[in-house]
Amino acid sequence: MIVSTEQQKALYRHLLLTRLLEERMVSLYRQGKMTGGLFRCLGQEATAVGAAFALEEGDLLVPIIRDLGATLVRGASPVDILRQVMTKADAPARGRDGFLHFCLPEKGLYSAIAMLGTAVSVVAGMVLADRYLGKKTVGMTYLGEGGTSTGAFHEGINFASVQKLPIVVVLEFNRYSYSTPSEMQCGAATLADKAAGYGVASAIVDGNDVLAVVEAARRAVSWAREGNGPFLLECKTYRRKGHAEHDGQAYIDAEELAEWTRRDPIARFERHLDASGVLDAAAREAVRAEIDTELDAAVAEAEASPVPVPDPEFRGVRADEEATVKRRAETFVGGLG
Amino acid sequence: MSGDVSGRTSHEVTYVDAIRIALGEEMERDGRVILLGEDIGVYGGAFKATAGLLERFGPQRVIDTPVVEEAIVGAAIGASLRGLRPVVEMQFFDFAARAFDMITNFAAKHRYRTGLGVPIVIRGPSGAGVHAGPFHSQSPEGYFARTPGLAVVVPSTAADARGLLKAAIRDEDPVLFLEHKLLYRRAKEILPEGDGAVPIGKAVVRRTGRDLTIVTYGAMVPLALDAAAGLAREGVEAEVVDLRTLLPMDEETVLESVRKTSKALLLHEDARTLGIGAEIAATIAEKAFEWLDAPVLRVTAPDTPIPFAPGLEAAYLPGLSTLLAAARRLAAY
Repeated sequence: MIVSTEQQKALYRHLLLTRLLEERMVSLYRQGKMTGGLFRCLGQEATAVGAAFALEEGDLLVPIIRDLGATLVRGASPVDILRQVMTKADAPARGRDGFLHFCLPEKGLYSAIAMLGTAVSVVAGMVLADRYLGKKTVGMTYLGEGGTSTGAFHEGINFASVQKLPIVVVLEFNRYSYSTPSEMQCGAATLADKAAGYGVASAIVDGNDVLAVVEAARRAVSWAREGNGPFLLECKTYRRKGHAEHDGQAYIDAEELAEWTRRDPIARFERHLDASGVLDAAAREAVRAEIDTELDAAVAEAEASPVPVPDPEFRGVRADEEATVKRRAETFVGGLG
Repeated sequence: MSGDVSGRTSHEVTYVDAIRIALGEEMERDGRVILLGEDIGVYGGAFKATAGLLERFGPQRVIDTPVVEEAIVGAAIGASLRGLRPVVEMQFFDFAARAFDMITNFAAKHRYRTGLGVPIVIRGPSGAGVHAGPFHSQSPEGYFARTPGLAVVVPSTAADARGLLKAAIRDEDPVLFLEHKLLYRRAKEILPEGDGAVPIGKAVVRRTGRDLTIVTYGAMVPLALDAAAGLAREGVEAEVVDLRTLLPMDEETVLESVRKTSKALLLHEDARTLGIGAEIAATIAEKAFEWLDAPVLRVTAPDTPIPFAPGLEAAYLPGLSTLLAAARRLAAY
């Protein structure tokens, strides 16, 4: 399960791309060019990038709203993301949904919905289908502490366990669910404790150590692929911004935030890259310059993209919708004539 | 329990057997069709709608699940996104409340949001009349029939139960298929020859008449036909429209009938307030106002939970005398 030099370089690029793309999004948000909230991955990049990095070609991922890094690892492009956050007509969701809520099925990337926990049984159903079709696919989804409180999570894990379905649920322990601290969200000592009640395997890993996350996630993915059933991988990390950019996070402890800022996952990986000689400061600077150039182009391209135009017939709700199109069209201005 | 071979049956088949036949025929025709539900495999379903299917198609295709309605629908959604055609049984349709989020937020909105359809069917017994109390008797179609993205199907005959279920399984998007448990063994007929699929979204006129139109569905259809027979003896010819699908609504068939009879009586077992009747009444008011000779009337269940005791339940359900009284009132205009 050694993470090779080439893989470490790829990981570094994913981590930095996640952070720099997010900084572009902050700028767009402040310019009023984004639609809706901005849910930061800041401080959690090693978990978002590292766990998804353990998946293989053909595997499936359903990230949740804060997992920009995972979405990029799975093959979404910065311009896809930027069009999504600006709800452009050529965004993957065509302006009908925003942010990370989109599907790229050819890349094994599927959309969660806002209701937390729902993706667990959905990803379980995906791999149930793949198993039936003879594919050894693993499905992965992410959830925070809040998500593990939902009935949907418990039902989904229970179903997946009974069916021995190959799913990995990455439990991002990031200290807060919106404003609610972890001790108000969960009475168990760890989120991984929840695995025992369903007879599934679990592990806890330092979510700010990207190499540790990759190695633990690879073990979890292998466990699932070998037919042992679901795996809960708890990654201990920290959400350094509020629930979204509007949230000033007045409820958090400043010392706690300062401590976790010192534990920044990217700076930590950079120290490792220095010590191991995998990627020195000059080489990292070159990576940053390359990403900056890519993002300049992506922002320009996404800003130039058209906004979606309303359809007088409001089509696209069902494949066969002729009967309803006529009724819907009556609601358009002057529809009744 | 015969009739597993496609085509006209030599004898009458019950509504519940028609469901089982449709499932078997579709599973035979299309290897992508799988079933998920509680007690559907070894036990054959609480009402035996899936009896024998585990033996025929195996545990990979007939999956007994834990009591996890939300996860069953979630798993069906996921499986459909990977190319299967899952059919979920709700042991009682009341339990779809446990999966409301998955149905209305995940499944119903998926094509609109992402461009990818979710071809799943959620089927099971709804309706009262068998003394099953407040949690096993509901008609929850109203909760779903106003959710864009869903289709809501409510068959009233054995042939429609088979034919509409086939159409539902072949549909590219989520279909809620509300069977009526009172009809399971009461409704029976010789099934038509051939595939027998019945298109979703088309109502049917079950009895023609010139004096007034009764618009209804499900187990209220036989009641409406009984009433129409009684009215005929009084010289009143009632037309009976069986909606068969609530979403999308076949408003053309309803409006055509009302424009002919000029009087509309809307009959449903679901509660009154914001029931299907309200939507039909509004549609008639918008589009057939000039043809009306009388107010649009509704005969429905009252806005209460469904009581357990047989006598209380009988009073709760729309009955023949109430329906006849309303029809006579309309006819008198």
